[in-house]
Amino acid sequence: MPVDVARMTKVFERPKSLTEARYTYCPGCHHGVITRIIGQTIDELGIAERTVGIAPVGCSVFAYLWYRCDAVQVAHGRASAVATGIKRARPDLVVFSYQGDGDFASIGTAESLHAANRGENITVIFVNNQIYGMTGGEMAPTTLVHQKTTTTPDGRDPATCGYPIRFSEIIATLDAPVYVTRQALYDTRRIQDCTKAVKKAFQNQVDGKGYSLVEILSTCPTNWRMSPTQANEHVANVVTQVFPLGDLVDRG
Amino acid sequence: MPRGTIVIDAERCKGCGLCIAACPQRVLAFSGSLNASGYDVARMENPEACVGCAFCALTCPDVAITVYREKKNA
Ligand SMILES: Cc1ncc(C[n+]2csc(CCOP(=O)(O)OP(=O)(O)O)c2C)c(N)n1
Ligand code: SF4
Ligand code: SF4
Repeated sequence: MPVDVARMTKVFERPKSLTEARYTYCPGCHHGVITRIIGQTIDELGIAERTVGIAPVGCSVFAYLWYRCDAVQVAHGRASAVATGIKRARPDLVVFSYQGDGDFASIGTAESLHAANRGENITVIFVNNQIYGMTGGEMAPTTLVHQKTTTTPDGRDPATCGYPIRFSEIIATLDAPVYVTRQALYDTRRIQDCTKAVKKAFQNQVDGKGYSLVEILSTCPTNWRMSPTQANEHVANVVTQVFPLGDLVDRG
Repeated sequence: MPRGTIVIDAERCKGCGLCIAACPQRVLAFSGSLNASGYDVARMENPEACVGCAFCALTCPDVAITVYREKKNA
């Protein structure tokens, strides 16, 4: 016999700051978990009325559809620059950019790095899935050594393609950023840690502290050619060896 | 142990199986029935074991799960 939910307490539901729209992401893709965490953060901080999201180019190009807040979809790689413009024009707003590794750490290298170096009071969510998901699984700057992608069918060879770039570590060398952290989502403990980090990155902005970056090790089961559970194990056992978890800067 | 239960929005579920792997109580399994998008939807196979921890809901990429827990003095 199913239990009667009317006599029970609701302990988890869809965040109010999420719309009813269904995500366009593949089954098991962590983009969905990250979206839920951001929605929950906007709820908890009570900032939906004054939040603006910047959607990138990539699988999360439709990010403006998922939140009950204002949003802009911008040219590939330029999300941190557009976030800068909106925040400077309207410092009363809470501005976050949502960017894949291709967006943030490849085509957007200049805009990403200089927004961090200027210490813009924005929140950047950097989704590192080590691949160009949307366009069919090409090599990203973050692709692991020997990882097979559609543009490195024999695996990434450092002799011709270089090594995976640790962009958060580069940003952590700068003087201005107040918070730089790398998180993951491969189990519930990591999901809870990541939720705290995202909340802190938004709270820093609300408190006027400055630039916060949360890099999140995400999955792309489709282009990694793994099941969603295998993809989680791959992050836990392999990806974190190259991209270690934890805070790189915390001047909060 | 508190008693819990979940409700899965079958049309949101993409049958990824991450909730099944995340549940410490082994409550969940694939149902074998497909939703309108053709995904094999997860369901509670062992509902009496649910403690309402919400691990499944935290894990679900499609935010398809609502979690309930029995009131302490009910
Ligand atoms: C100026 C420009 N150059 C290239 C593209 C093609 N393009 C679309 S998405 C993408 C890469 C996306 O990868 P990433 O940012 O890692 O996001 P993911 O899809 O993996 O989430 C590229 C190169 C584009 N849309 N615009
Ligand atoms: S292609 Fe990869 S990153 Fe894009 S939605 Fe599918 S699993 Fe997610
Ligand atoms: S985690 Fe969500 S989408 Fe995946 S099988 Fe469970 S209910 Fe369905």
